[in-house]
Amino acid sequence: MNVIHPLEEYTRKGMIPHIWCAGCGNGIILTAFLKAVKELNLDMNKLVVVSGIGCIGRIAGYINVDAFHTTHGRAIAFALGVKLAKPELKTVVISGDGDLFAIGGNHFIHAARRNVDMTVICSNNFNYGMTGGQLGPTTPLKAYSTTSPYGNIEHPFNLVYLAAAAGAVYVARWTAVHPRRLKESIKKALTKKGFTFIEVISPCPTEYGRRNRMRDPVEYMRWLKSVSEIRHFIDPREAEISSDRIIVGEFVDIEKPEYTEMLWAKINAIREKALRGELGFEI
Amino acid sequence: MKRLDVATGVYFTQGDIACAEGAIAAGCRFFAGYPITPSTEIAEHMAWRLPQVGGVYVQMEDELSSMAAIIGASYAGVKSMTATSGPGFSLMQENIGLAVMTEAPCVIINIMRGGPSTGQPTKMGQQDVMQAKWGSHGDYEIIAFAPSSVQEMFDLTIEAFNFAEMYRCPTVVLADEVIGHMRERLIIPEPEEIDKRIVNRKKPKIPPELYKPFEAEEDLVPPMACFGEGYRFYATGLTHDEAGLVRTDSAEIQTRLVKRLCDKIRKNRDKIVRVEKSYTEDADVCIIAYGIVSRVARAAARLARKEGIKAGMLRLITIWPFPEKEVKEVGEIAKHVIVPEVNYGQIVREVERRVNYKKITFIPKFGEDFHTTQELLSVIRRVAS
Repeated sequence: MNVIHPLEEYTRKGMIPHIWCAGCGNGIILTAFLKAVKELNLDMNKLVVVSGIGCIGRIAGYINVDAFHTTHGRAIAFALGVKLAKPELKTVVISGDGDLFAIGGNHFIHAARRNVDMTVICSNNFNYGMTGGQLGPTTPLKAYSTTSPYGNIEHPFNLVYLAAAAGAVYVARWTAVHPRRLKESIKKALTKKGFTFIEVISPCPTEYGRRNRMRDPVEYMRWLKSVSEIRHFIDPREAEISSDRIIVGEFVDIEKPEYTEMLWAKINAIREKALRGELGFEI
Repeated sequence: MKRLDVATGVYFTQGDIACAEGAIAAGCRFFAGYPITPSTEIAEHMAWRLPQVGGVYVQMEDELSSMAAIIGASYAGVKSMTATSGPGFSLMQENIGLAVMTEAPCVIINIMRGGPSTGQPTKMGQQDVMQAKWGSHGDYEIIAFAPSSVQEMFDLTIEAFNFAEMYRCPTVVLADEVIGHMRERLIIPEPEEIDKRIVNRKKPKIPPELYKPFEAEEDLVPPMACFGEGYRFYATGLTHDEAGLVRTDSAEIQTRLVKRLCDKIRKNRDKIVRVEKSYTEDADVCIIAYGIVSRVARAAARLARKEGIKAGMLRLITIWPFPEKEVKEVGEIAKHVIVPEVNYGQIVREVERRVNYKKITFIPKFGEDFHTTQELLSVIRRVAS
């Protein structure tokens, strides 16, 4: 019997199976995203998915839309170029915590500040998985990694607090044990105008887990389940991530003028003025 | 109705402004950049002029994102550019490699100042010519022009867009600061004249289900679909096959891809290379120069002729791919070749590969200053005697 996956038409032929390890949360993010796209009945010809470098960076290749796999850290900047040039396209960036918040941190805060219409989904696995489990900007204090072999002494970012402070209009955090809530959040983000951000705590038993007493994927998922606590709209600075508590939920949902709309309103007004001969060349 | 994109007329203006007008005339409708001396006037002029023609100006947070954004805009189907100077050009290098690998047509203007590092921001230099060729990692070819007048800032910017579109690659305009800031006459022709010169990228003629984004035609260039046109394709900086799919485990695919990316430019060298030959046919002493230095070199050669010395000048308008044939040719005729540059030895090394090194006299300047006519004339006299 020829069995076809229900999301087959949303994936790119020749690129599946994916590269992700057993127990990785990236597959859950991919499924949640595809289901959200399907349920919203989005026009697949007008959707662009951009990713950076890292395990989750491969996701752009798995989705059957116009997709681009950029250099490390530059997915948001590339997506901004696409969005401003062709505002009718819906742009989504899916990438990792190291890509978006270490090497690409500057682009994240500035895209959020501008409130440019795009959805950014961050797979946060607390380390650099693809290169073999190094310390990253979200690695918890005291955690072990190949480059913090004696325990991490760097304070991690609180990504939802960072996103809120930088100006995102929608901010949520879920984990890999919240696939349905994650999907609903993605739907909300995709339909909301402005810079929307979703952090997904994604298990990495292969690299992070095995150095931090969570080698077993099931055990990792059980831990996520036991420590997650839904607290909608609490102050994002209180949305902690610690070994015994991960605060999840929606933290920001506000309205603010959006950059692409303001930009094109300006361009159209100036263009009309110029066509009426009210602006000189002034070379 | 008067066209707003081609500012037909005769002007007395700056090289940076001429460059911006050339870009708009060429069809550029997206500029992403970050302020940096001595290229900022290009950004300022684009911020003023682009909205008038329905184009986007966006000031980015840095040069890394500027380069990424213009690749994004290019993939969205809009002609795009950025403008910068040495330090910013260094920051763009990684994504210039991405533009090469994903075959994104785009233009980078580098108004060269003195380095290394912050160096002499407001002074002239020619120290980025090797960076333009070798700045990004991996094997690739780049197309780079060195204008030597305000008029050429306009004309070569159009050419840079044309070649970017024709070969689906990033192209560079390498102007020294003097060319960027100097004011002289600029003639912008009628729109119909400009339109005849404009080249646009090839579009796919096959339906989306048969489209392979990196399947080249005979000219080694693949037709380019753009985002939102229903082709739903994938592009990656990773080694990929003709369908665009990741193939990092095949020496054969890596070879085929990298060879084609280089060959589409190498094999079209003759169509890309432009030089100016001033009295080179019988020159015993030939100066090889580019940018502002070529203007002094031409004057020095003319003065030497008046003194009875058979001097000439070969001006490199295209820097990359290197005009090797033309350099070799003058090197065979001349007994002496003089290479003046505002750096400590960059293009002279390329010349040394084509001309017997015993014939070559290299005259470096380190920045701010460039050679005077008298200085080059005395070198001509010395080598000729």
